[in-house]
Amino acid sequence: MNNDEIRASLLKRSRASKNELFGKIISGLCIAIIVAVVVSIFYFVASKGLATFFHDKVNLWKFLTGTIWNPSTTDAQGHPQVGALPMIIGSFAVTFLAAIVATPFAIGAAVFMTEISPRIGRKVLQPVIELLVGIPSVVYGFIGLSVVVPFVRHTFGGSGFGILSGTFVLFVMILPTVTSMTVDALNSVPRNYREASLALGATRWQTIYKVVLRASVSGIITAVVFGMSRAFGEALAVQMVIGNAMLLPSNLISPASTLTSVLTMGMGNSVMGSLSNNALWSLALLLLIMPLIFNIIIRWIGKRGAMH
Amino acid sequence: MSKDNNLITVQDLHVYYGQLEALKGVTMNFKKNEITAVIGPSGCGKSTLLKTINRLNDLVANVTVTGTIKVDDQNVYAPNMDAVELRKQVGMLFQQPNPFPFSIYDNVTYGLRISGEKNKTVLDEAVEKSLQAAAIWDEVKDRLHDNALGLSGGQQQRICIARVLATKPKVILMDEPTSALDPISSDKIERTMLKLKEDYSIVIVTRNMQQASRISDRTAFFLAGELIEFGETRDIFMQPQKKETEDYISGRFG
Ligand SMILES: Nc1ncnc2c1ncn2[C@@H]1O[C@H](COP(=O)(O)OP(=O)(O)O)[C@@H](O)[C@H]1O
Ligand SMILES: [Mg+2]
Repeated sequence: MNNDEIRASLLKRSRASKNELFGKIISGLCIAIIVAVVVSIFYFVASKGLATFFHDKVNLWKFLTGTIWNPSTTDAQGHPQVGALPMIIGSFAVTFLAAIVATPFAIGAAVFMTEISPRIGRKVLQPVIELLVGIPSVVYGFIGLSVVVPFVRHTFGGSGFGILSGTFVLFVMILPTVTSMTVDALNSVPRNYREASLALGATRWQTIYKVVLRASVSGIITAVVFGMSRAFGEALAVQMVIGNAMLLPSNLISPASTLTSVLTMGMGNSVMGSLSNNALWSLALLLLIMPLIFNIIIRWIGKRGAMH
Repeated sequence: MSKDNNLITVQDLHVYYGQLEALKGVTMNFKKNEITAVIGPSGCGKSTLLKTINRLNDLVANVTVTGTIKVDDQNVYAPNMDAVELRKQVGMLFQQPNPFPFSIYDNVTYGLRISGEKNKTVLDEAVEKSLQAAAIWDEVKDRLHDNALGLSGGQQQRICIARVLATKPKVILMDEPTSALDPISSDKIERTMLKLKEDYSIVIVTRNMQQASRISDRTAFFLAGELIEFGETRDIFMQPQKKETEDYISGRFG
């Protein structure tokens, strides 16, 4: 080959590079569509949700701290009564309580599955967890309604509906997810850390909690925050057991409500464009923003974990 | 300890992984204040020998050990022997530097902390002494609380040495400790070992013949699970008695 031929063949687009261009165009298009969908959902929810404040002139602070939710009526000063605090508190209460209860169980189960008996873990627990993740939330809600609520009623009195029942149902719902993510976190701790620890004369337990758990702290926190973001957004199961009273919860066993339960209950009963409809969109906006915050927290933890 | 300065004695040791016989009747001893090199081709049972001495092989399912190993006159496989206690006396260094993903300080104090030491003065002192003995104090003294994974491979391996030294073992087993490192780091570690010999017994597995001849007092040559030849390093390299040994050190197989 003389120089010119080589030059020509180098300058010509090869088949492979044409294929690559084609692939790039396809994936670029797909990404563009996904971005467009996400942006329009955001835009839609935000424009509706913000209308409460800009169009209906509701004070944001009053919205976040008001305790009476009754959008069709007005208070003494003529302001519409859209105080979301009871639901905000309800949502955060069930979310945090469920996470607090689920974390030790998830860690215990994950330690068993990865460190103590990986064989049983892989053969028995792994499939069970995958099954539990796949159960639709309405089933959890139904079980909660027929088992948990009566149990709470008999044990603690009251109607049985309330934050405690909601916590319990959410705990069972997020446990499999948090567990399997914790298992991944523990499994990603390199084997040779364990060997090093044992060779230094550590017992198996010391190795587990001083090396394995410590080395996977950021992964475990990520798992828990992920579980919390699921719990926060769960609607159906919670709505079935929480009692749906839009009151500031004074204890764990009196009926309460969450952002999601108010939204699902109220959705069908309001007219598009009316204040009560816009107020529901404001709740939806809150529900959209919170997972975003949870996500930012997860990323922040991930980054800090990577730096270590 | 017996008068002949034997710190570890191995008697007719057989190790099986399931059906596979990885060590086939090994009898040898390791002396106090000596560096013993264990050489031989890949798969001949060098790592198995080390892991049998500190009972790290307990973790492998299906392992059978027969024969006796004594460390400082304690029978390692006696029913009342506590493997955790044993491992505190027999430190080990691995091929891949494996510091924990924690601070240098936490790495070096790990062995003491799991034994219940909480006194900060004691821990601080142990950190300085161990890092000095491992010849890395000057390089890290200003960043003891930085993550050990931020160091170079050679520095990490010396942190691992310091981590072992802090527990004051009697023996240090090293399984190809420099094979993953560059020549300059290897050289630093070799010099560290020569100093450590004054206080510790060292068993080093290596596939680097020059390394074995440079630093060890005695050398054991293994082939396919058997101890072929064992003696003064000078003799093994200058006038090997067995043909297999000669073939191996002159690079004819392995
Ligand atoms: N955990 C194990 N399970 C089964 N066989 C093993 C295990 N570890 C080592 N072996 C086998 O035992 C023999 C000796 O291995 P090893 O002691 O690692 O050799 P070396 O360190 O000299 O390369 C090899 O044949 C190897 O395949
Ligand atoms: Mg080996």
